[in-house]
Amino acid sequence: MNHDRTHGPARADTEEVTAAMAATRTNDKLRTGAGAPSQGSAPAGSPGPRPRRRLGRWALHLALIPLAAIWIYPFLWMVSAAFKSQSEMFLGGLDLLPDQVNLDNFARAWDAASFGQYMLNSVIVTFTVVLSVIVISSLAGYGLGRGHLPGKKVLVVLLVATMFIPKVSTIIPIFLVVDALGLDNSLAGVILAEAGPAHVVAILLFMGFFAGIPNELEEAALIDGAGHPRIYARIMLPLAKPVIGTVAIFNFISSWNAFLVPLVFTLTNPELRTLGVGIYAFFGEFSTDWTGLAAAAVLTILPIIVVFLWLQRFFVSGLAGAVKG
Amino acid sequence: MGVLGVASPRHAALAEGGLWARIRKHRWHYAFLVPMLALFLVFELWPIVATVFYSFYNWDGFGPLTDFVGWDNYVEAIGDPAFGQSFRNTFAFTAAALLIQLPLALGLAMVLNNRALGGRNVYRMLFFLPVVSTTAVVGVVFLILLSPVDGPVNAALTEPGVVDEPINFLGSESLALPTVIAVDLWKVFGVTLVYWLAALQTVPRELLEAAKVDGASRWASFRHVTVPTLIPLGVVIVLLTTIQSFNAFDIVQTMTAGGPGGASEIVQTYIYRTAFDPAQFAPRYGFASAIALMFGVVVALAAALQYLISRRVRDSR
Repeated sequence: MNHDRTHGPARADTEEVTAAMAATRTNDKLRTGAGAPSQGSAPAGSPGPRPRRRLGRWALHLALIPLAAIWIYPFLWMVSAAFKSQSEMFLGGLDLLPDQVNLDNFARAWDAASFGQYMLNSVIVTFTVVLSVIVISSLAGYGLGRGHLPGKKVLVVLLVATMFIPKVSTIIPIFLVVDALGLDNSLAGVILAEAGPAHVVAILLFMGFFAGIPNELEEAALIDGAGHPRIYARIMLPLAKPVIGTVAIFNFISSWNAFLVPLVFTLTNPELRTLGVGIYAFFGEFSTDWTGLAAAAVLTILPIIVVFLWLQRFFVSGLAGAVKG
Repeated sequence: MGVLGVASPRHAALAEGGLWARIRKHRWHYAFLVPMLALFLVFELWPIVATVFYSFYNWDGFGPLTDFVGWDNYVEAIGDPAFGQSFRNTFAFTAAALLIQLPLALGLAMVLNNRALGGRNVYRMLFFLPVVSTTAVVGVVFLILLSPVDGPVNAALTEPGVVDEPINFLGSESLALPTVIAVDLWKVFGVTLVYWLAALQTVPRELLEAAKVDGASRWASFRHVTVPTLIPLGVVIVLLTTIQSFNAFDIVQTMTAGGPGGASEIVQTYIYRTAFDPAQFAPRYGFASAIALMFGVVVALAAALQYLISRRVRDSR
């Protein structure tokens, strides 16, 4: 066993399965608490910035600030338009500050355009999908990560291979399966179609994390008479909090922003629309109500931006983990 | 974390016990896989089989599959000019991602990688904001921003007299595709930026310092220190960016729905239209499946090829 562990890191370095496999290593970084990419340290006696370099930095900011401002202009416009009155909007102009703050647009989007309903649908779908993905992927990750079971290699290769299949290519059979289950006109259908297809990265993340937990922990529990379900629920899952965090935020964002699946599953039932599909339909019906659209847009992306800003480090380091080998 | 470790002593010992004994020993671990495997069968494997199957039928989704048409769906698709157009447009997204997005993101990543630059995390966050935004919202907001009638972008161009007439970005056959591609690049740029920032962390700082001490120019140290270290991860980034470029359905559907006249149609919107579009007379699942299959095969081959190359590059190091 000792032998096994001393060879662990060396082996890990030679086994580059795919980019996604590399993602399994994110948890190493999360565990050591070094979320942001900052390894290696600057030389201790590094000299302070010289005047010329400081000048160069100001020049950089001078270039970066306008670039960043143009980059996020669509967001600024969105927020500003959401608070403008419709008449102010039609007078045009590029002014970002509204004459007076106006909340009519939000009321119109929330009630008349049913964004209250869409918000509820999005919340229900997203939370159920995130929860299901965490449960299913962590169970699978435990099975694959803790056991040296026959067929594991084939299964992992198969899982990774499915990542390369475009979503649109399999949407028809998925639609027909959900339809056959009698769930085509329900939020359950949307949830199943989103949570059903394997979440390969999540599985690989859990697998990598569980594989890295020392065997002594499991052996001690087994001697104490605990079974695998208990070890999973009481010992392993609580340890996997960083991975749960990463998986949760990634799936929260992708499910909240999902478009194709909810679009296909709510074509005949507008009450089931999620926010993304709702705003698409809104534009189709009221393409001239720009301020109402802007308010609906703000309502749609505000929750996701808040979650992103709150858990940014998890998200960015998770993405970075997909690359680092 | 030797997940696929073959050479571990424990593994070898277990193999002696025979396959059945090993399966029995791990019955609990198999049990943990059951929910995932069940869903995998229904939502990954079956759809692949079914797509192949459907593609040989003329079928609208109602009633049993009876109208076997052989290769007709494939022949019809290949003969349809819209099909070729949608493939070309899809690869235009890939080309833009690889030739524009990838180098620009690397450039910005190198600027933001400068530790002395204050607020670089704020910049990174701002450039990343579009990535987490709902694509449908991005599409609709850009529809308004780019509107030829009083849209802010056209207002900004016509007021100072940069152009005389408002530009109909999305309504013109020549501009629709480049415009949607540009918006898509803006939307996903932050992902590639973060990839490059992560990759740049692997460039040894000491080596760059040494190059500086030796009097190497910035370009020389980029060319001879940064680039060689970036190659292994760079190949992975190319693969991830390519796969990402095949997922432009949301932005195209919301901005142009493939129009005008198919000018910005990509394979995914083409499949959606033939299978689900409410404006369609009847769904053509068989025909759409044939396209979906051909597209899936092309994408999978492209990805597999890149993956093999990336393995090669890594192994050769």
